[in-house]
Amino acid sequence: MSPRLRWRKFVSGFMLTMTGVCALVAVSVLFFILGYLVYHGGTSINWSFFTKLPKPVGETGGGMANAIVGSAKMLLVASLLGVPIGFLGAIYLAEFSGSKVAFVVRYAADLLNGVPSIVIGIFAYSLVVLPFKHFSTLAGGFALGLMMIPITLRSTEDFLLAVPRALREAAMALGASKWKTIATVIVPAAYRGILTAVLLAFARVAGETAPLLFTALGNRFWSPGWNQPTASLPVAIFNYAVAPYEDWHRQAWAAGLVLLGLILVINIIARAVLARGIAVPRA
Amino acid sequence: MAATTTVPSASPIPGSRSFLKRLREGDEIARLITFLFAVSTVLVTLLLIFELWQDSALARHKFGFQFFFTRVWDPIAEQFGALPFIYGTMVTATVGLVLAVPLGIGAAIFLAELAPARLSDALEFFIDLLAAVPSVIYGLLGVFIVVPLMRDYVQPGLKNTLGFLPLFSGPAYGIGFLTAGIVLAIMVIPYIISVSREVLMSVPRDQREAALSLGSTRWESTWKVVVPFARTGIMGSIFLALARALGETMAVTMVIGNTPTISASLFSPGYSIAAVIANEFTEATGDLYLSALIELGLVLFLLTFLLNGLARLLIVVTSQRGGGTANA
Repeated sequence: MSPRLRWRKFVSGFMLTMTGVCALVAVSVLFFILGYLVYHGGTSINWSFFTKLPKPVGETGGGMANAIVGSAKMLLVASLLGVPIGFLGAIYLAEFSGSKVAFVVRYAADLLNGVPSIVIGIFAYSLVVLPFKHFSTLAGGFALGLMMIPITLRSTEDFLLAVPRALREAAMALGASKWKTIATVIVPAAYRGILTAVLLAFARVAGETAPLLFTALGNRFWSPGWNQPTASLPVAIFNYAVAPYEDWHRQAWAAGLVLLGLILVINIIARAVLARGIAVPRA
Repeated sequence: MAATTTVPSASPIPGSRSFLKRLREGDEIARLITFLFAVSTVLVTLLLIFELWQDSALARHKFGFQFFFTRVWDPIAEQFGALPFIYGTMVTATVGLVLAVPLGIGAAIFLAELAPARLSDALEFFIDLLAAVPSVIYGLLGVFIVVPLMRDYVQPGLKNTLGFLPLFSGPAYGIGFLTAGIVLAIMVIPYIISVSREVLMSVPRDQREAALSLGSTRWESTWKVVVPFARTGIMGSIFLALARALGETMAVTMVIGNTPTISASLFSPGYSIAAVIANEFTEATGDLYLSALIELGLVLFLLTFLLNGLARLLIVVTSQRGGGTANA
């Protein structure tokens, strides 16, 4: 073996090893994050974290029950807004639309998907908070719902288009009308994919903080009804982490662990829902 | 009525049923309802652009283009200049990409070229989970893990070795441009890996085989043939990551230091566009103040809009080339 060849082989081996190191480093970040959250947050999670209101500044203890309920309420509003628009819009794109309308809708959805979440917050502020003169659960849910639309829409459409043509033709040959074909054949055939799309969209907005800062604001107490400032887990993590109190930091870690656990579990379920061998379209 | 022309091709015999029949069977109603939902996506997007434009009118008229070149941000005197925020956004995003791009592309090469399919899919699963971690969690780890690490080890270390550069001078606070950039790098790496991996995997097999049969080593075939072939798509993934980095709010807000300064030193605390909106929006008293913040939002929107558009174009171009030119 000539020295030149030996050198080339050495470079090849070295660089390929380095790519492996890169992959290892990238993946290990996930385990660092999980490890730190479990280490710092695990000891702080107890029953009162889930059931108690925050204590006044200076007192230790208390929990984040209001933030957990607030997050749930806003995610409900978000799903009621984002899922129908995304789902029915995707049916239109996949089954009814001509190519021009479809292009415009897809373009708008991709644009909306790329909008930084803080800008979505500004939009929800101008559209919902200002006219009602209230920071509210509804405004927060609206902002999150907006973010769910493009994710649900684009992946649902991909899954609908993946339903084999033969199924449509079989239904039509039996004399079914188009909407009946869609409702009884196409959507059931694609339901795993659609469920995955919805779950991923849900998980994505569940951790969003920026759009809630000036729509739902935050609240140290319960937020009755839908028209009051509302606490949420992500905003609580932010506020507690940047505050100068040791006990708040502890609770921020606990809330982080709960939030990340929820999001990762939804992600894993979403991917498990899909039958093996079908790729998940990227949101 | 456009009914006959828009009967989709999935119908076995196009145009076989009259409009009235389809109306009775509910097809036209289903079509209309789903159409309304689809179009509402477009309307919402247009409304968003309109609102941003409309609500920033006050600041746009008052300051004009001077807004982008003024350093003063003084809410009390109602003087608003965006330069420190634009600078902070650019610097942190640049630091983030400088760190993330080599690591991300290296990992993508490993996943696409070297790892067996099962290992590659398993690692990709973790990468997807990493992309799902919310930014406030990155911020949390940034505040409590990265900042102390930077303050006690990394920044003093850099100062001792590279301190003669203005980049690495000044006191080590822990927070600042460099820390924000590092957190951003960690956050965008999953996006670079996922997209680059897919683009690399769409490179036709012949390309690799041709290079190997001419006697190149595995690395030479990867670096001199496969990567150049996928270069536009990889650029796309980088633009995508850049758009993410520019718009990222929470993690940056928590570690950048929130001081509107322009400093050559990466150790200096700074501010970014998204961070100033997050911090000051609720306490913005006065219409001009709010309008100036919304104009910052508009700037952010336009930047990410352009970058995302460019990224998508590049990725589409590469995957089409990869699929279509097996004999090239």
